[in-house]
Amino acid sequence: MKTYTNTGNKDTRSGFGAGLTELGKTNENVVALCADLIGSLKMDDFKKNHPERFFQVGIAEANMIGLAAGLTIGGKIPFTGTFANFSTGRVYDQIRQSVAYSDKNVKICASHAGLTLGEDGATHQILEDIGLMKMLPGMTVINPCDYNQTKAATIAIAEHHGPVYLRFGRPSVANFTPENQKFEIGKALHLIEGTDVTIVATGHLVWEALEAAKTLNEKGISAEVINIHTIKPLDDKAILDSVTKTGCIVTAEEHNYLGGLGESVARVLAKHKPTPQEFVATNDTFGESGTPAQLMDKYGLNSAAIVKAVEKVMKRK
Amino acid sequence: MSNTQQLEDLVIQVRRDILRMVHKVNSGHPGGSLGCAEFFVALFNEIMDRKDGFNMDGIGEDIFFLSNGHISPVYYSVLARAGYFEVEELNTFRLINSRLQGHPTTHEGLPGIRIASGSLGQGMSVALGAAQAKKLNNDSHLIYSLHGDGELQEGQNWEAIMYAAAKKVDNIICTVDLNGQQIDGSTDDVLPMGSIKGKFEAFGWVVIEIEEGNNIDAILKGMTEAKSKTGKGKPVCVLLKTVMGNGVDFMMHTHAWHGKAPNDEQLAIGLAQNAETLGDY
Repeated sequence: MKTYTNTGNKDTRSGFGAGLTELGKTNENVVALCADLIGSLKMDDFKKNHPERFFQVGIAEANMIGLAAGLTIGGKIPFTGTFANFSTGRVYDQIRQSVAYSDKNVKICASHAGLTLGEDGATHQILEDIGLMKMLPGMTVINPCDYNQTKAATIAIAEHHGPVYLRFGRPSVANFTPENQKFEIGKALHLIEGTDVTIVATGHLVWEALEAAKTLNEKGISAEVINIHTIKPLDDKAILDSVTKTGCIVTAEEHNYLGGLGESVARVLAKHKPTPQEFVATNDTFGESGTPAQLMDKYGLNSAAIVKAVEKVMKRK
Repeated sequence: MSNTQQLEDLVIQVRRDILRMVHKVNSGHPGGSLGCAEFFVALFNEIMDRKDGFNMDGIGEDIFFLSNGHISPVYYSVLARAGYFEVEELNTFRLINSRLQGHPTTHEGLPGIRIASGSLGQGMSVALGAAQAKKLNNDSHLIYSLHGDGELQEGQNWEAIMYAAAKKVDNIICTVDLNGQQIDGSTDDVLPMGSIKGKFEAFGWVVIEIEEGNNIDAILKGMTEAKSKTGKGKPVCVLLKTVMGNGVDFMMHTHAWHGKAPNDEQLAIGLAQNAETLGDY
């Protein structure tokens, strides 16, 4: 079984910051906006290197989204930065009308998504943002898995014309994908080939899926692990090809099972190839304060939860 | 265009377009549209420095954003008659498969429209972003925008108003249509806003008042003064006092025609009060 090496824990938000720094050098049309969270979003370098292209908007997210939409008129490529909760739910109508419906080339970059924000608690731990964003016509939704991939995704979305929601997080997590990888929007990545079960994971759950595959391997179960960094547009073919081989699937995400990756996968399967599926996701609940590890354990979003889901789904084949 | 008479003739034709558009589909917003006819005609034909044709980025020309998108009839009529698309297309207003949606949108590719509006309170932020893009592009042209007075009840405006002054966005002229009416009644009845002039000034804007917002000469004078205030480190606001439903006597001075179309008889009366000038579509 193919294995992956963690080259050292890093936070995905720093991957975003590094990508933005790179874009600052390579693409003069890239501009950045932030609603009083420069340090949290790791936008310091871009601000320092390109003060004329950086807009501190204060604690005013609705205005930030509108400004970003306006900046596209004149050829700029705006990257907005704030927490995922304030990037989506708080400004849904602004994104809907001024960005998505208006076909504006805005990149909504959202950190501190999900439970792993930790101690701040449920007010800040949005678990509904993927659903909110994927429902908007024309919106691309990306949730990369580690530092290197987040950096690559940040660079790639500047080349894609159209609104993008880029979701990443706060905690230091395993960094295991290649440095300076080429990021292809909408293209699923097969991390491990397997024959007994397909595990499709996004974001922080991808590493957990790899860990689960190791455990399963020891139990004699051959798991195929797919990294779905792009939730919309979804790589239907990669999913269908895999379940044709394995006959069952587990989806894993740091999000509510309502509206998340799992539902998108279920839609594809229901339409083309009904397949037993289990969901590793939060169960229609808000989060709470705690350490990231405690929360991921309590809400069933780790490798142990994936292993359990695999054992369950295999019995349904 | 050069003289006031030509602009006034165009205003009358625009009024006819508005009435006929909303009558045909028995829906739409004639009141605010009629109240802003003179402003739109003056803006697009005299005030703004526009290029021929339409380019979304609007580089090297003044550009306009309508925030209170429900007054789309006046916008569409003035855009068509300024050459952005054929006036015959006004016939499709609010019909299925039309580029002239109930509220303006870029989604159907109608030339002249740069942002969707309809959900209120979003246009000023967009206009400010476009103004900052102009600065980054070293483009000395101006951004114009129009907002309803009732629309100022939306909080996003005040984020934008604070931002504009803080960032010294001085290449923008935001006009507020002060007709004192909104859907549920007068703005003073629904949610009194106090002194809008005082609020803009307190936020650090230059405010120009146009008392006769349905008078072409007064609009030209006021907007020329507003232009002269740009480029001096402060955003510029124009308070345009208009009469809702202007030019059609039974629609004036009431909120009743905010979002209601005239019936056949009312249309005939309205059209009789505004004899054809440049030709109906």
